[in-house]
Amino acid sequence: MSLSEGPEQPRIGVDEWVASAEERRSRSPLARAQDAMERVPAAVKLVALVVPFAIFPLFVDSDYLMQVGIDTLVFVLLALGLNVAVGWVGLLDLGYVAFFGIGAYLYAAVASEYAGRYWDAAIAIPVIAVAVAVSGFLVGLPSRRLVGDYLAIVTLFFLQLWLVVLINASWSRGPNGISDIHPLKFFGRQVTSLDGYFYVALIAFVVIISFLYLLNQSRTGRAWRALREDELAAELMTMPVNRLKLMGFAVGAGIAGVAGAIYAPVQGAVFPANFDLVLLITLYAMVVFGGAGSLVGVTVGAVLINGLLEALNDADNASWIFYGVVAIALLALLRPWWQPLAVLGATVVFGFAVHEIAEQARPSLVGGATLGDSRIDRLVDSWVLLPQNILTGDGLPTGWLGRLAYIGLIASILGLTLVRSHLWRLIGLVPVLYLAACVWANILVAQPAVARFVLIGAMLVGLMAYRPEGLFGKQRVEIV
Amino acid sequence: MDWDKIVQLLVNGMTLGSVYALVALGFSMIYGILKLLNLAHGDVLMVGAFIGWGVINWLGGAQDPNVAVWLLIVLMLLAAMAGCGFLGVAIERFAYRPLRRAPRIAPLISALGVSFFLQNSVLLLFGADFRSYETFDLVDVEVGISWGPLNVWIIRIVVIASAFAMMAGLWLLVTRTKLGKAMRATAFDREAAAMMGIDVDRVIAKTFFIGSALAGAAGILVGLVFGSINHFMGFNYGLKGFTAAVVGGIGSIPGAMFGGLFIGLSEAFSVGYIEDLTRGRLGSAFSDLVVFLILIVFMLVRPQGIFGKPEVKKV
Repeated sequence: MSLSEGPEQPRIGVDEWVASAEERRSRSPLARAQDAMERVPAAVKLVALVVPFAIFPLFVDSDYLMQVGIDTLVFVLLALGLNVAVGWVGLLDLGYVAFFGIGAYLYAAVASEYAGRYWDAAIAIPVIAVAVAVSGFLVGLPSRRLVGDYLAIVTLFFLQLWLVVLINASWSRGPNGISDIHPLKFFGRQVTSLDGYFYVALIAFVVIISFLYLLNQSRTGRAWRALREDELAAELMTMPVNRLKLMGFAVGAGIAGVAGAIYAPVQGAVFPANFDLVLLITLYAMVVFGGAGSLVGVTVGAVLINGLLEALNDADNASWIFYGVVAIALLALLRPWWQPLAVLGATVVFGFAVHEIAEQARPSLVGGATLGDSRIDRLVDSWVLLPQNILTGDGLPTGWLGRLAYIGLIASILGLTLVRSHLWRLIGLVPVLYLAACVWANILVAQPAVARFVLIGAMLVGLMAYRPEGLFGKQRVEIV
Repeated sequence: MDWDKIVQLLVNGMTLGSVYALVALGFSMIYGILKLLNLAHGDVLMVGAFIGWGVINWLGGAQDPNVAVWLLIVLMLLAAMAGCGFLGVAIERFAYRPLRRAPRIAPLISALGVSFFLQNSVLLLFGADFRSYETFDLVDVEVGISWGPLNVWIIRIVVIASAFAMMAGLWLLVTRTKLGKAMRATAFDREAAAMMGIDVDRVIAKTFFIGSALAGAAGILVGLVFGSINHFMGFNYGLKGFTAAVVGGIGSIPGAMFGGLFIGLSEAFSVGYIEDLTRGRLGSAFSDLVVFLILIVFMLVRPQGIFGKPEVKKV
C-alpha cells in the first residue's frame, strides 16, 4: 500500500530499500552503539548483567529494597519467558500470567501446610517447569491449525477461566488464597533470609538466560526467527511451523512456571489477584520497552520498568521523575540543542503568565497545593493551576474540571502529532506541556497507583508507533 | 420441565446474546477489513457505558429525569454511539494506522496498550466503584409483557429490539450502499480496492466509526439491563464478543449475530443449569467454562466458524 506515504520515503519495502536498510540504520549513533555491543562476546555480556545483581545485596540493608530486588528478578524471569513467545516466535500470548499462576499454585500444592506436603525445591522446581510447559502446550493445541490471532483469543480466555476457577474453586481457597506456603528447601536446607531468596532467583536467572541463549543459537532458535520473519517461506523450507510455534509457546510457559515456583515461597502466599491482566500488560511493556527478541534488552527493560513503577508509587519521587523525563525527552528528541531550551523556557514563562491571569480573575483556581513534599513540588505550586476543589468534585476522585483537562490533554497530544510544520509543532508544545504539568499535579500525583498504569498503556502505544524495536531490539525490515 | 425457568433463561440469553452480537459485529467488521484483532473493543464498550451514565446524571439523574424516559434512552444511545465512534476513529488513526506495514504482532501490542490506557484512564477519572444506571427508578420493573410463563421487563424488550434494529441497519448498510460495497471490496483485497479508486483510509476509518458506535450502543444496553458499570467491565464483554465472532465465523455479519445469540444463550443456560447438572460441584460462575469449551470445540472442528468460509491463502 503506497497511498499513505509522503514523498520523502517513496519506496519503502522494495528490494533496494531493504538492501540498503542496514546502511541507513548504521548512520545513527544508537545503532552504532548497538553494533559495537553485538561484537561483545556473550559470556562478557552475561557477566555484565549478573555482576550488578550479585553485588546489589552488599549495598542494601533495608528489607523493603531487598524485596524490590527479588521482585525485579522475578519480573526479569517472567519477561524472558514472555520474550520467547512474543519476541522470538512472534505470537501474542495473552494467557502468559496464568502459567505464572499455575507455577505458583503448583508450588503451593507440593510444599505447604495446606497441602500437607513438603517437596525439596531441587525436585519441585524442575517438575513444575515441565508440568507448566506441558499445560502450555495443551492450551495452545486447539488453535494449532490457526495459531496466531486465534491463539491470542484462546489464551486470553484461558486467563479469564483460570481466574474464575481460582476465585470460585474450593481447592484454591478462593480469593483468600493459600497462605501457609513453606519456604524453599534445597537438599534439606531451608532458605530463610531475603538475601537467600535473592540469590536463588539470581541463580535461576543465570540458568534460564544461558539456556535461552543456547536455545536461540540452536537449530530451533533459528527456525523460530525464520518463521517469525516469513511464515510461508519457513513452511516451504519444510519447517514444521505449527509445531515450532506451540513449542515456543510451551517453553515460555515453562519459564513462567519456574518464576511462579520461586515467587510463591518468597511471598509465602498466593492469591488469585496476583495473576491478573495488569501484570500481563506490565510484562508486555517490559519486553517491548527493552526490545523484543533481545535477551539483554528484555532484562534491562524489566529492571527499568519495574524500578520506574516502584519509584512512581511515591509522590515525592514521582514529580522529579515526571519533570526529569519530560526534560530529557525534549533534549533527546529536538535538534538543534537550543530548541528544547527555548520550548522549556517558553513553557515556564507561559505558565507564570497563565497563573498570574488566573489569580487575578478567579483566585479559587490557584488555591490548592500539590500532594508531593519535595522541593520541586513547592516550586510548582506557584506555577501550575491548582484549584482547591479539583480532587473532591461530587465525591469522586476527580471533578468535572479535572476530567475535562485530562481528556483535553490527550486530545491535544494526539492533535500535536498531526501538525506537519515543525515550527507550529514547537509552538503548540508549549501550552501542551503546561497542560500536562497541570494534569500531572492535579490528577496523576493524587493516584500514583493508577497513573503509572495509564503511562504504561500510553508508552506501549507510543513505542509501537515510533520505536517498535525498543531499546535494544533490532529494527526489522519487511519486504512487501 | 420447569417452563418458567426455561423461558426466563431464554429471555436472559437473548438479552445477553444481543449485546454480545453487537460487540461481535464491530469486532468482526474491523477484523474483516484490517485482519486485526481489536483488543480494545471491549473497552470502547466500557467508555460508551460511562458516556451513558454521564448523560443520565447530566439530565437530572434516574429518579427525576428532565426529559421523557424514551427520549433519555435515545439521547444516551446517540451520545454513546457518537462518542465511541470518534474514539474508535482516533484509536485507528493513532494506534493502528502507523503500524499497517509493521509485523503482525505490532498492532496487537498497540491494541493491548490502548485497552490498558482506556481502562486506567476511566479508573483515574471515575474511581473503582461500580456505578449504577438505576434503571429500576427509570422504568418500573412491573412494566412489560406478561403472557403465561412469559414475564419480560420492558427494558429487556427495548434492548433486544434495538440490538436487532441496529443489526438490520448494518446489514442494509453493508449490502445496499456504496459505502458497504467499498467496505466489502477493501476487506476482500485492499490494494485492488485502492486501485479501483476507493479511498481505503477513509473506508477503514468509517468502519472503525461504525464498529465502535455499535460497541458504544452495546455499552448503554448493558448499563440499562444489568444496572451497574465499572472500568473493568469491557474485558468480559470483549472476550465474549471475540468468542461469538469466532464461533459465528470471523468477518461474517450474520455469523456475528448468530454467534452472539448462541454464546449468550449458552451462557444463560449454563448459569441456570450448571449447578444441577454437576450436582452442586460447580457454581454458576463456571458458566465461562462452558463458553470456553464451545470455543475450543469450534477451533478443533470448524475453525472458520459457522458462517465462515475456509480461508484460502494467497501467495
